[in-house]
Amino acid sequence: MVFLSPILALTLTALSTFFIFFLAGVDGFGAFYVLFIEPLSTQYNFSEMLVKAAPLMMIALGLSVGFRAGVWNIGAEGQYTVGAIVGGAVGLYFYEVEGFWVLPLMSLAAIVGGMLYAGIAAFLRTKFQVNEILVTLMLTYVAILLLSAMVHGPLRDPDGFNFPESRLFHDSATLPIIWEGTRVHIGLALAVIFSFLTYFWIKKHISGMQINISGIAPRAAKFAGFDENKAVWLSLLVSGGLAGLAGLLEAAGPVGQLVPHLPTGYGFTAIIVAFLARLNPLGIIFSSLLIALTYIGGENAQITYDLPSSITSIFQGMLLFYFLACDVLIRHKIIFNFSKNINHE
Amino acid sequence: MKYQLELSGISKSFGPVQANNGISFAIKPGSIHALLGENGAGKSTLVKIIYGSVGPDEGSMKWYGDSFSPNNPFEAREKGVAMVFQHFSLFESLTVAENIVLGLDDVDLDDSIVNKIEKYSIQYGLSINPHQVVGDLSVGQRQRVEIVRCLMQNPKLLIMDEPTSVLTPNEVTDLFVTLRKLAEDGCAILYISHKLEEVRQICKHATILREGKLIKNCNPQEHSKDEIAEMMIGKKIIKLTRKNIKHGEEIFSINNLNCTSEDMFGVNLHDINLSVRKGSIIGIAGVAGNGQDELMRMLIGEDRAPRSTLIFKGKDISKLNSHQRRQLSMFFVPEERLGHGAVPNMGLDENMLLSRPSSSRMTRNHIIDWSQVRRLAKDVIETFNVLTPSVSTEAQSLSGGNLQKFMVGRELIQSPELLIIAQPTWGVDPGSANKIHQALTDLADQGSSILIISQDLDEILSLCEQVHVINNGKLSPSVDMESNGLETISQLMLGASIQ
Repeated sequence: MVFLSPILALTLTALSTFFIFFLAGVDGFGAFYVLFIEPLSTQYNFSEMLVKAAPLMMIALGLSVGFRAGVWNIGAEGQYTVGAIVGGAVGLYFYEVEGFWVLPLMSLAAIVGGMLYAGIAAFLRTKFQVNEILVTLMLTYVAILLLSAMVHGPLRDPDGFNFPESRLFHDSATLPIIWEGTRVHIGLALAVIFSFLTYFWIKKHISGMQINISGIAPRAAKFAGFDENKAVWLSLLVSGGLAGLAGLLEAAGPVGQLVPHLPTGYGFTAIIVAFLARLNPLGIIFSSLLIALTYIGGENAQITYDLPSSITSIFQGMLLFYFLACDVLIRHKIIFNFSKNINHE
Repeated sequence: MKYQLELSGISKSFGPVQANNGISFAIKPGSIHALLGENGAGKSTLVKIIYGSVGPDEGSMKWYGDSFSPNNPFEAREKGVAMVFQHFSLFESLTVAENIVLGLDDVDLDDSIVNKIEKYSIQYGLSINPHQVVGDLSVGQRQRVEIVRCLMQNPKLLIMDEPTSVLTPNEVTDLFVTLRKLAEDGCAILYISHKLEEVRQICKHATILREGKLIKNCNPQEHSKDEIAEMMIGKKIIKLTRKNIKHGEEIFSINNLNCTSEDMFGVNLHDINLSVRKGSIIGIAGVAGNGQDELMRMLIGEDRAPRSTLIFKGKDISKLNSHQRRQLSMFFVPEERLGHGAVPNMGLDENMLLSRPSSSRMTRNHIIDWSQVRRLAKDVIETFNVLTPSVSTEAQSLSGGNLQKFMVGRELIQSPELLIIAQPTWGVDPGSANKIHQALTDLADQGSSILIISQDLDEILSLCEQVHVINNGKLSPSVDMESNGLETISQLMLGASIQ
């Protein structure tokens, strides 16, 4: 049953896609091929899928930790953006300085930046009981505007004809490519390593256990002597840090500079990735690949069949919807009760 | 004559487990009929069949002479079957009145329903405030809500699963008045209880089950309590004995503990003083909702007590959390099993980790040693006869009695110097209760101290050498049992002034 609902959800999504294409007057089989098969059939498409999976995986890992603890960080997009700004600024500060330490320093700065940004929500929640959903979501928009202000101002390329973008990162500040001839960078390897680390942390370390128990039985967590505030801080710092790092990986990887449109919604999509994997860190490796596939497939469909760009979002939305619905319906039974009219005001 | 409900040859299996095996009995209209048996004897399955939530494999039922086979609880309720469950089905964030309305068909929430609730609660001596939020109620008060909810359906057959387990002697007396009144009005009552004394008091008919089979239909008033208990468990009940009562020096004390509850329906604790000596078993009796929950939270360390109010082995532990207290050999069993003492959807092995003094070696440098955790879980399961398919079975799928044995066992294998335990045997069958009581006395015989907070007065009287009563957040001095002790306790429970 545990594996049934993801498979069922995927099948239903595929069927619905078919139906939507049919309504749009497009050859269903052809579109299906373009969406799901073609991205896996060429080296370019496959490598681009890996490129997109890396940040999704990284962010979803952090979010899954928080969701386990019942801490709803839905502003990973903001932490991602702040991570990119802070890490990118470090890279630009050391512009043209060569050294193996530049990238690690940028990464560290990005992690700290993401952590501090998520830490605002942790502080407000633990001190004043402010709902972290609202804080993290609203701070996302602040972060996006902050990035815009930065690339229009202090971080703007001096030789860039006033375009709102930073300098291109120099070699020491750019991620090494791990698959020759593609854009697949070391971030993917890092994300996979982090998946395993997170898995062992959740399963083997007592604080991982605490995160779980705090989420599903807060009173039992108190009985065990776990500090509730610690779980809130821990989960927001971990998810913020990983989202921040993902932001830098994107800026110092495929994009190569800071641009206003750097945040493209990975922070929100990662929520879907985390839930598709049932918050299991190893499952996230697969679910991030699947969602990355829908990005590539969606782009292909736009090109081949002239479909609107929202096709990708439709997919991801349907996938999550079907997955959650399958989960609920597998566990519960709907009973129709027409014999009595229940009248509540 | 026509029976209100007649069962013949009811059988039901779940996989390899035969929960009911050819059970027949009949309930007369207006009678109070006891259904007795240990946990796992098949009572719950039988009740579910009557209530329509599961169908029997074999056998049939008759309702006042007509064939009766409800397909779901809704149909059973339409016929007039109502049930008070042992595990409450209340929404914590809603008020008492809202919860009651939700359980009824075709009723709106208005003043008339509130008046009706108040009327019933006065009539049947079940004091509840319809506007109070259920989340703030104690277990005892929640049960009253459930009982009132059922009474509002004017049932023909009322099934009560352990209704008195959280009531005081006086409340029980009041409830019995209610039940007798209902029975006189023609409502049959199927009364499931482990308290044989009560059963003998109000039931003239009893059906005894063991391992899914019918052992006997009899009149419980014609048999002694021990005889009935032996029929239920199939062997002799071991009498409780303390071999070695030896009181040493003071190990734990509560000194002038005051606390204002943050919860608007909570109870404030006033100037609580208590001294616990080595090797003693001390009981705190009292009606539910008189400060037991607040006191227990302070003792566990879930709420921090004011400085130097709690002294354990000469050390001020007021500001320590529960985990730090356990390191000093102080252990706890809370009243609520699921969600507090155990995580419902985690395995027993994972639940071991809630109570993990470093001496248990379950974690080393914060890394969990799962093989050690499982070894200890197995120890607990074997030593305390916890019936479970495996060590990784989810806590919520164990019966109440088995989970309680597990929770008590989990603390006892750490050989606590002080064990603080709330409601040690609530909803536990006599066999398991006996086992738990024996384990507690054995622990005290080895020189450890035990503090029992319980609403079950029989339990306190049979176990404790020193009894205090908590009422409205105040703790009485220890009651002198030699001179009219029971009378004093009853008065203190009712709020007589404390000298």
